[in-house]
Amino acid sequence: MKTTTSSFQPQALSLPDTIRKMKNDFRKMEDEMDRLATNMAVITDFSARISATLQDHHERITKLAGVHALLRKLQFLFELPSRLTKCVELGAYGQAVRYQGRARAVLQQYQHLPSFRAIQDDCQVITARLAQQLRQRFREGGSGAPEQAECVELLLALGEPAEELCEEFLVHARGRLEEELSALEKELGPSPPAPDVLEFTDRGGSGFVGGLCQVAAAYQELFEAQGPRGGEKLAAFAQELGGCYFELVERRLAQEQGGGDNSLLVRALDRFHRRLRAPGPLLAAAGLTESATEIVERVARERLGYHLQGLQTAFLGCLTDVRQALAAPRLAGKEGPSLAELLASVASSIQSHIKASLAAVHLFTAKEVSFSNKPYFRGEFCSQGVREGLIVGFIRSMCQTAQSFCDSAGEKGGATPPALLLLLSRLCLDYETATISYILTLTDEQFLVQDQSPVTPVSTLCAEARETARRLLTHYVKVQGLVISQMLRKSVETRDWLSTLEPRNVRAVMKRVVEDTTAIDVQVGLLYEEGVRKAQSSDSSKRTFSVYSSSRQQGRYAPSYTPSAPMDTNLLSNIQKLFSERIDVFSPVEFNKVSVLTGIIKISLKTLLECVRLRTFGRFGLQQVQVDCHFLQLYLWRFVADEELVHLLLDEVVASAALRCPDPVPMEPSVVEVICERG
Amino acid sequence: MEDDAPVIYGLEFQIHIIDFDDENNIINKNVLLHQAGEIWHISASPSDKGVLATCYNKTPDSRVLACAAVWRMPEELESVGHESPDDSASTTQTLELLCQLGSAAPGNVACVTWEPMGDGKKVISLADNHILLWDLQESSNQAVLAGSASLEGKGQLRFTSGRWSPHHNCTQVATANDTTLRGWDTRSMSQIYCIENAHGQLVRDLDFNPNKQYYLASCGDDCKVKFWDTRNVTEPVRTLEEHSHWVWSVRYNHSHDQLVLTGSSDSRVILSNMVSISSEPFGHLVDDDDVSDQEEHHAEEKSKEPLQDNVIATYEEHEDSVYAVDWSSADPWLFASLSYDGRLVINRVPRALKYHILL
Repeated sequence: MKTTTSSFQPQALSLPDTIRKMKNDFRKMEDEMDRLATNMAVITDFSARISATLQDHHERITKLAGVHALLRKLQFLFELPSRLTKCVELGAYGQAVRYQGRARAVLQQYQHLPSFRAIQDDCQVITARLAQQLRQRFREGGSGAPEQAECVELLLALGEPAEELCEEFLVHARGRLEEELSALEKELGPSPPAPDVLEFTDRGGSGFVGGLCQVAAAYQELFEAQGPRGGEKLAAFAQELGGCYFELVERRLAQEQGGGDNSLLVRALDRFHRRLRAPGPLLAAAGLTESATEIVERVARERLGYHLQGLQTAFLGCLTDVRQALAAPRLAGKEGPSLAELLASVASSIQSHIKASLAAVHLFTAKEVSFSNKPYFRGEFCSQGVREGLIVGFIRSMCQTAQSFCDSAGEKGGATPPALLLLLSRLCLDYETATISYILTLTDEQFLVQDQSPVTPVSTLCAEARETARRLLTHYVKVQGLVISQMLRKSVETRDWLSTLEPRNVRAVMKRVVEDTTAIDVQVGLLYEEGVRKAQSSDSSKRTFSVYSSSRQQGRYAPSYTPSAPMDTNLLSNIQKLFSERIDVFSPVEFNKVSVLTGIIKISLKTLLECVRLRTFGRFGLQQVQVDCHFLQLYLWRFVADEELVHLLLDEVVASAALRCPDPVPMEPSVVEVICERG
Repeated sequence: MEDDAPVIYGLEFQIHIIDFDDENNIINKNVLLHQAGEIWHISASPSDKGVLATCYNKTPDSRVLACAAVWRMPEELESVGHESPDDSASTTQTLELLCQLGSAAPGNVACVTWEPMGDGKKVISLADNHILLWDLQESSNQAVLAGSASLEGKGQLRFTSGRWSPHHNCTQVATANDTTLRGWDTRSMSQIYCIENAHGQLVRDLDFNPNKQYYLASCGDDCKVKFWDTRNVTEPVRTLEEHSHWVWSVRYNHSHDQLVLTGSSDSRVILSNMVSISSEPFGHLVDDDDVSDQEEHHAEEKSKEPLQDNVIATYEEHEDSVYAVDWSSADPWLFASLSYDGRLVINRVPRALKYHILL
């Protein structure tokens, strides 16, 4: 600090000198500045003069440049024809079209000048050739869709009429697609289709549908300006070709109907459907997606029908097996499978068939399948198709098949083995009690039926099955009753009852009847429960015999044929009948063994009664009837629900025989007993 | 309706003639002795109400022989008129034998049927497997065999029943043997049609529709009543399955052929209304001229009613098997049925149905 202050002091001493010097310098500078200003004014003056001089030149140069450009353009125009020709020759159509586009407006404008006119004419000729070549190329069609699209684009740029072009475009596209189709059709052929359905739909999908998509995309790009009319045209086009395609696919799928492989079919359908979903937005108006869905639905329906048929065939096959099994043991002489085993095998085989069918059609509703979320497959297919059509339909048809045995076998020609009737009846009854509800529950679970449409309730179906079982069992009773009836009828009709000898034995036919009844009892016992009987006394056969002989005696003591006498016997028997219930011979049976046997025995004994009434008996003939009836009594009571019934009918038989006998002397009951015990 | 309705039925060795006075609801009985044997089938001459034919069983030397004969009822019977229904008081008269059928060709006669429209000169009898056409001459005192045909085949073939068709100029007869129905031409005595397995079991009876040619009803041991068009023998036109045992008898009403009567060994008589296959499926045709508007309306209404075959009534008066049913020849609304226990029941068609058919 001290040093700084000390240094300033000598300078401050010289300050007035410095100021003086500065004043002097400034004056000098002012002079020089004035001089500079003068010089500048001179320079400006000169510069202005030069500019004025150069102005003229500049304008001329600008004009020259303009002329140059114009000349180049003109040169281009004049060269245009040759260039175009060259381009066309080289195949650089794009370039050519660009040139043409550039020149067109100018030529249009100056066409009143003859020289330009000539150029334009030339150009037009060349352009026409160009267009022609383009079309040629377009028509040849060998090139793929993108190239064709380019052609069309160029042609459009050349100002060709769009409508005509799009017609032509479609015609060409059609040609290509039809080739695809015919290739597909060849695969169909009359010969068995070599590629499987999956391959077929794959090929159709990539070839035809892919092509269609390309065409549609190109078309929409190119002819967007066409507006709705163009869209309509495309839609119609797609619709028509799609129709052909669908027809082919349907034919192929129809060939598949016979086959058993559902998974392949479903996969093929899935591909088919998925492929057609892609052009969906493009071709919404053509309704291809809808049609495809319809086809899939139709195939699904047919598939259901096929499975229904398959189930029915399986059922019939089971029946044939049972028939064979029933017929075989008699031939081989050894014990075949019992009825219960047969029933179990039939039931399980049908059930497994049903399950297999359910599993097969279940593929249609699998999540990963593209069409499974369509309303049809979510609703109607499950409820109306699978549940009603397949399962309920099958159960119904099963009942019908079973019932048809009742109808046809009523005539002499029908040779349904009775055991089969019995087995079917039990099968239907089992269906009624358990199987139907099990199957339907299974179906409902698998198919999660959401549809609200009414379905057949389990109870209705059960009622039908029960009715079928009842009819079958009734028919079984009729058939078996008829067999025994015929035996009895023949035995009564063919014998000469007037001149028969004193009975020593029970007739063989009665033993046969008892044997057969026992066999039937065993047979029915295999499938049906015992059933309820009326309470019996400890010694039924003895007790019944006394009742029986006492009632017979009423008949015996009306022996003469004076006009009044028959009235008395009739009165007695009438009074008896008043207190007994009317016997319905061919009455419906219940589902138990006793009821079945009761029915058969009722039918047989009623036949015996009616046959006896048509004959005339000698004394020994009557006694033989007595012996036979007692024998039947001894053995048949155990089979029936109400033994009174057997007594009543046999009483009637003996009483009728007594009435038909001119010399009714009955045998001593003790003798009858002895003969029967010996027999 | 002053008509009496004579009904004839046979019981063992007697023939009872029952007079039913519809108006007073009185039943009279005349008993005629039939000494030749027990009667199995009976049929009255269509022209002479005093003449009837029977099939009967004789049992000479412990053999059963079924014969047929034509008889004349005593003249004074008709003048006996109203007699007290007391059994003992009725005088027993005897039938006068006119001629035997079948002395020339022995065989067990099952059935005798008269020519329906003729003068009572022609009779057909069915004996075993023979069908015999008889000409009755000299006021039925002599029967001459006019034609015969027989059934050949394996086994023992026997006719069970037969009817003479009232159509085609009375040239057709239908017979039943076992499960088969056959039609015969009486001029050539040759078979014209054959319905094999008409029933599952034995055919018991048949009857011709009196108003509709080709139509015929049959019944049998399969509990069914079947209606046939003989031009199509493969299938019955309609089948009824109302009975629960053998059907022994079937009869068309003589004037209203939709009414069909059946009797069965389930002790029931069933009256069925087979409108749809009758000769008047739309009810009576009403003349347009004399129908007032109201009636016309009524007629229209009636024609709109659906044709339904149904059971009109089931009669359960019998306690035992019913073997014969027949319509009265005098009153179309009256019918009788006969059962094993000797009970004869006379019934009327329900009044409502009668008016429905008439109006």
